[in-house]
Amino acid sequence: MRIDLEPRATRPLALEIGAPILALAGAILIGGLVVFLLGKSPALAFEVYFINPLLEGWSLQELAVKACPLVMIAVGLSFCYRANLWNIGAEGQFIMGGLLGGWLAIATHDEAFQELIGGWWILPTMLVLGAVGGAIYALVPALLRVWLGASEILTSLMLVYVAELGLDWLVRGPLKDPNGFNFPQSVVFDDIARLPFLAEGERLHAGVPLALLVALLGAFVLARTIFGFEVRLAGEAPRAARFAGFDDSRLTLTVFAISGALAGLAGICEVAGQIGQLTPKISPGYGFTAIIVAFLGRLSPIGILVAALVLALTYIGGEAAQVELSLNNDMTRAFQGVLLMCVLIADTATRYRIRLTFGAAR
Amino acid sequence: MKKNAFKMALISAVAIAAASTAFAAEKLKVGFVYVGPVGDFGYSYQHDQGRLALQKALGDKVETTFLENVPETDSDRPIEQLARSGHKLIFTTSFGYMEPTLRVAKKFPGVKFEHATGYKRAENVATYTAKFHEGRYVIGQIAGKMTKTNTIGYVASFPIPEVVAGINAFMLGAQSVNPSVKVKIVWANTWFDPGKEADAAKALLAQGADIISQHTDSAAPLQEAEKAGKLGFGQASDQFRFAPKAQMTAIVDDWSSYYIERTKAVLNGAWKSKDTFGGMDADMVHMAPFTNMPDDVKKMAEETFAAIKAKKLNPFKCPIVDQDGKAVECKDGKALTDKQITSMNWYVKGIDDKLPK
Repeated sequence: MRIDLEPRATRPLALEIGAPILALAGAILIGGLVVFLLGKSPALAFEVYFINPLLEGWSLQELAVKACPLVMIAVGLSFCYRANLWNIGAEGQFIMGGLLGGWLAIATHDEAFQELIGGWWILPTMLVLGAVGGAIYALVPALLRVWLGASEILTSLMLVYVAELGLDWLVRGPLKDPNGFNFPQSVVFDDIARLPFLAEGERLHAGVPLALLVALLGAFVLARTIFGFEVRLAGEAPRAARFAGFDDSRLTLTVFAISGALAGLAGICEVAGQIGQLTPKISPGYGFTAIIVAFLGRLSPIGILVAALVLALTYIGGEAAQVELSLNNDMTRAFQGVLLMCVLIADTATRYRIRLTFGAAR
Repeated sequence: MKKNAFKMALISAVAIAAASTAFAAEKLKVGFVYVGPVGDFGYSYQHDQGRLALQKALGDKVETTFLENVPETDSDRPIEQLARSGHKLIFTTSFGYMEPTLRVAKKFPGVKFEHATGYKRAENVATYTAKFHEGRYVIGQIAGKMTKTNTIGYVASFPIPEVVAGINAFMLGAQSVNPSVKVKIVWANTWFDPGKEADAAKALLAQGADIISQHTDSAAPLQEAEKAGKLGFGQASDQFRFAPKAQMTAIVDDWSSYYIERTKAVLNGAWKSKDTFGGMDADMVHMAPFTNMPDDVKKMAEETFAAIKAKKLNPFKCPIVDQDGKAVECKDGKALTDKQITSMNWYVKGIDDKLPK
């Protein structure tokens, strides 16, 4: 018996919209079964996990805060992935953005200096530096691909470890808080170098509306501009794109720069938003989680917005489940994997018709 | 002014709500935040053992909850989740939770927080850690006696003061019985990653180390020593069952007495923010049974343990000479001060490694 995947000529809209919903339902079903086998009530788990976080003001804020970096990174990744270019190193670009932007906050951490020149420019410059840092770091694998044909999947991934260790080294050395008893972390940023908070509770920072803006802008560029058309064409019909005169190398560099810049922006927003200092680790793996988010959102910025919120919900719900139901923490992680798998299955099923061929292979 | 009045009303409403839930629940809810999985059988496992001991000792008065594998950079929310769900005493057990703990504590003045291994306190945030280096001195002595190649491998995590002080105490212990001993250090740059830790141990064994000491949390380096037919020590917890032929002893973190004492203080209304730096004398550092060594070494180790416990021996007694041969200033007269130990960023003489800075 052989399983054949035949591309569907037309994709009905109902299937296109229904597939992710079905995928989510399937994942919840599997998760519920596991919870049941662990001897807990699936209904209660569903309530604690998916419903309660949506009912309280503080957890809604937390949802937005958690989704913020995921949205920014994933929107950037969608540009790469749409063009069939595989930037796996958003985690590194995130770190570089946070590092470069954070460096400015540390360098200007001096009252006398701030009084002399004024401090209003620090935060905007930090954001720009963050984007620039991420973009430059993403251009490394892009250039290696364009010049040498090196696989961007490997180089971008490997550069994550370089960035992680670079940050680690810097906060133990040059960027260390001189009054911090030698512990590996920088000074706490001045308020002027922090993103302003938008609500009581000091959690909902200005990065959140920025992420929303990024998603809307990303959606517009992808759908309504020539450049967006070029990106989509390069991914879906590379030969046609070349015949149309689109420059492959330039496109590679551009989408990597966009994706890196957004990851870097996410990094500096995280550092200047909720962390408020540089520490040896500034990301609990957002750059990798964003890959899930990008696919979960079917590589469309608006879909990504929804997907990031769903994934943020699995984190917050997962913690609530640990507190309220003493459910294991590995459950949240396993559940994220199940979710991605269901989406990919659903996606394949929308794009292809699955045909079973019986008898010997030709 | 209006905004202030609103804030006051809000705060008192929250306070009344909090008070009424506390009354209804009556049991004190105590929360724990762990950086690793409880199943690391090392650092986080020991904290959880402390939690279980607390549950056992005061089970009729307290209810305990824990969150494991909480990333340090994203810990505001999990800590706040505990505070919001009615936990009145929260232990955050890793250094990286320092700023998040302080931030959440500011929002919940009615909740007591205890942060392990940090140095910033507040009205409702206390800090605590243990003098693990006392145990390092004991295992250093054992290693100094037991090594045949005069080369000891040391798998280290991150060059923070606690780890550096551990290396120094280990070396001083080893030198006290064997002046020609060498310590080789590999920085694994992780607290818990069995794969990386095992690789580090393999590299050290290949370089001629016949004893492996570790300041990372999994049993992997010890297990590598066992596989190679060499010796080693358990970390944070008695890891004998992972390496019955290799483990000579283990430094055991014992948080139970501290957790019980502090929880009682909350129950009695006597809780105050303070810094605790307890060692063997406070029962916060124990040694696992001494095994896989001749009787004379065992006797020496037991005597050293007893002497430190009775405060007759201080691992950091002066004179101490640093790597460059300079005598270290003795701020306490006879030994280094706690402050010097908790901010240590230099090696003692004889360590063949450059401190990563």
